[in-house]
Amino acid sequence: MESTTTHALSDNPGELGTLPDKQVLLALYRTMVVIRRTEEQLAKAYLSGLIHGACHTYIGEEAVATGVCAHLRIDDAIFSTHRGHGHALAKGVTPRELMAELFGRVTGCSHGRGGSMHLFAPEVGLMGTSGIVGPSMLMAAGAGYSFKLLKTDRVGVAFFGDGAVNNGAFHEGINMASIWDLPVIFVCENNMYATEVPFASATRNTDVAARGAIYGLPGIAVDGNDVLAVWHAAAEAVRRARAGEGPTLLECRTYRTRSHSEGMRDAGYRTREEVDEWRTRDPITTFRRHVLADGHVITDELARIDAEVEELATDALAFAQNSPWPDPATAADHIFSAK
Amino acid sequence: MREMTFTNAAREGLTEEMARDPSIFVVGEGIGARGGNFNTTTGLYELYGPERLRDTPISERGFTGLCTGAAMTGARPVVDFMFLDFLLDGMGELINQTAKIQYMSDGRVPMPIVFRGSIGIVGASATHHSGNYYPIFTHLPGFRVVVPTTPRDAKGLLKTAIRSDDPVFFLEHKALLNSKGPVPEEEYLIPFGQAEIRLAGSDATVVAIAAMVNRTLEACAELAGEGIAVEVIDPRTLAPLDIDTILESVHKTGRLLIVDEDFAPSGIGAEIAAQVMALAFNDLDAPIARLNGVHTPTPYSPSLEAAVIPNTKRIVEAIRDLLAE
Ligand SMILES: Cc1ncc(C[n+]2csc(CCOP(=O)(O)OP(=O)(O)O)c2C)c(N)n1
Ligand SMILES: [Mg+2]
Repeated sequence: MESTTTHALSDNPGELGTLPDKQVLLALYRTMVVIRRTEEQLAKAYLSGLIHGACHTYIGEEAVATGVCAHLRIDDAIFSTHRGHGHALAKGVTPRELMAELFGRVTGCSHGRGGSMHLFAPEVGLMGTSGIVGPSMLMAAGAGYSFKLLKTDRVGVAFFGDGAVNNGAFHEGINMASIWDLPVIFVCENNMYATEVPFASATRNTDVAARGAIYGLPGIAVDGNDVLAVWHAAAEAVRRARAGEGPTLLECRTYRTRSHSEGMRDAGYRTREEVDEWRTRDPITTFRRHVLADGHVITDELARIDAEVEELATDALAFAQNSPWPDPATAADHIFSAK
Repeated sequence: MREMTFTNAAREGLTEEMARDPSIFVVGEGIGARGGNFNTTTGLYELYGPERLRDTPISERGFTGLCTGAAMTGARPVVDFMFLDFLLDGMGELINQTAKIQYMSDGRVPMPIVFRGSIGIVGASATHHSGNYYPIFTHLPGFRVVVPTTPRDAKGLLKTAIRSDDPVFFLEHKALLNSKGPVPEEEYLIPFGQAEIRLAGSDATVVAIAAMVNRTLEACAELAGEGIAVEVIDPRTLAPLDIDTILESVHKTGRLLIVDEDFAPSGIGAEIAAQVMALAFNDLDAPIARLNGVHTPTPYSPSLEAAVIPNTKRIVEAIRDLLAE
């Protein structure tokens, strides 16, 4: 059995290994900014009533999806949560398709059937966000089972929050993936709260990575606001999975800086100071500062990305608003396969 | 034609399908080298090994969800619950995920998965090993529900279930597992949604479910001696339900009884009755009757158990009552 390794959380991005090359740095930056700008548009659209259902933003947590999905291929499968916009975008769903889905339009990635919590884009390996906490871990294990059975080197990835750690799916999914050496990465986004419930009051032992030892798989904790730390840890987890060495539990410690869900109050369970403190560790600004300071990239290169993404998000909004509604005659289509 | 048991015929179907398609795998407890508690997989482990005959921990919710994910990504799982009662731990996965993903993805993610397990009250199985549960699944959009009653149907319907891209419940009544019947040598499949007329008659129609088909045939043999000719219909699949065959029969007989070991309230008989009334009210010469198992958890003691299941005598009485209306 492998022992559990828990990396010390680092304030120094990149400390955990050598820096990736510049194209990778720029790509990581771009993905984070795409998520941020798209969700800022979503938050505004929510206020104007353009989003008909729930909208849980990922603002503050972008480094996790970005650092993990950077290692995934289009044919790898991810299974996500109620807070899944970032996973969808990082896996290749376009801001247009995401926004149109939340607006309930036929051009949305689920053609208007799902909304925020049921985003599907199998063409790019997004096998669903979920309105139910927990199942991503089981279904990703199942994707791992398929990929192994079919003798491919594809991997399955489960994203889940700290709230799912005390759900039985965590135990059953990770245990089966471990005993069968399935190519799966279990990515816990530990943002310290499940709605308003502090993780510390939901479990005696808040060290999620340490639970890896119980199931005999590596459990790695990283600073989830440090995209490079996530990127390095995910590189090894994905390598292991593709090489047939089995699953990894990756705990990314992070924080959501907006309320649990748009339109929900955000007081009484955490302090303003705590939120402000985490805002100073914003994954995009810290990454920016770091790569600029080290001279790896220059301001112009980031500015070009900023401008391009700004345009992308504005275009997505217009696209979603101008898209047609699904035809009511199709409301009960595809309950069953055509076959 | 050669004779086989229900279990052996179903297993032959599974074996043929596994030989044809390497993406099929079976999961369950003791379905590997042991061959399954009900011999559902005897001999298959030797042919296909541990990855395709996967013994699991006792994690029903877990492997229900895992196999759902596997079905979404290229494999074709057969989940063998042994007793269907054990599947209840996986209900959230089944209803919230398995049933809904084809729809939520607008038909872009298939769900080729079979859930099989034994159902029904037999031999003091008591309440945790005897549930029928099918109306729960027929109620929900997204599931196919199969209740074969003969060895021939068990094989042909299991092959169809495995080839289907939809989630299918393949429910095997324990009273039928060792029953024997003719099974063709050559390959065949039985499509979903086609009822079988097990006995032709013109005085009354009885739709019987699962093990109740054989009980009803016994009852009808008794009544035949008195010149009463009952038509007995075995729906074979409850979702989709072949209502047309039932309607044609009712058109001829004017009288309908539904015999079901499962409970009456919100059950499959209520659904059949509602459809027949909506579509063929003028054909009816008498109110539609139902004969069901008693609406209670299954008792253990043989004397209590016998009291809750429709038997031949009660079926005979129910048919006489229907004819007297
Ligand atoms: C099975 C289930 N129970 C409860 C809920 C309601 N719910 C939605 S999000 C949430 C909190 C989840 O917390 P966590 O997993 O930590 O994710 P986070 O919102 O922090 O990203 C709850 C309780 C649900 N969606 N599913
Ligand atoms: Mg949380």
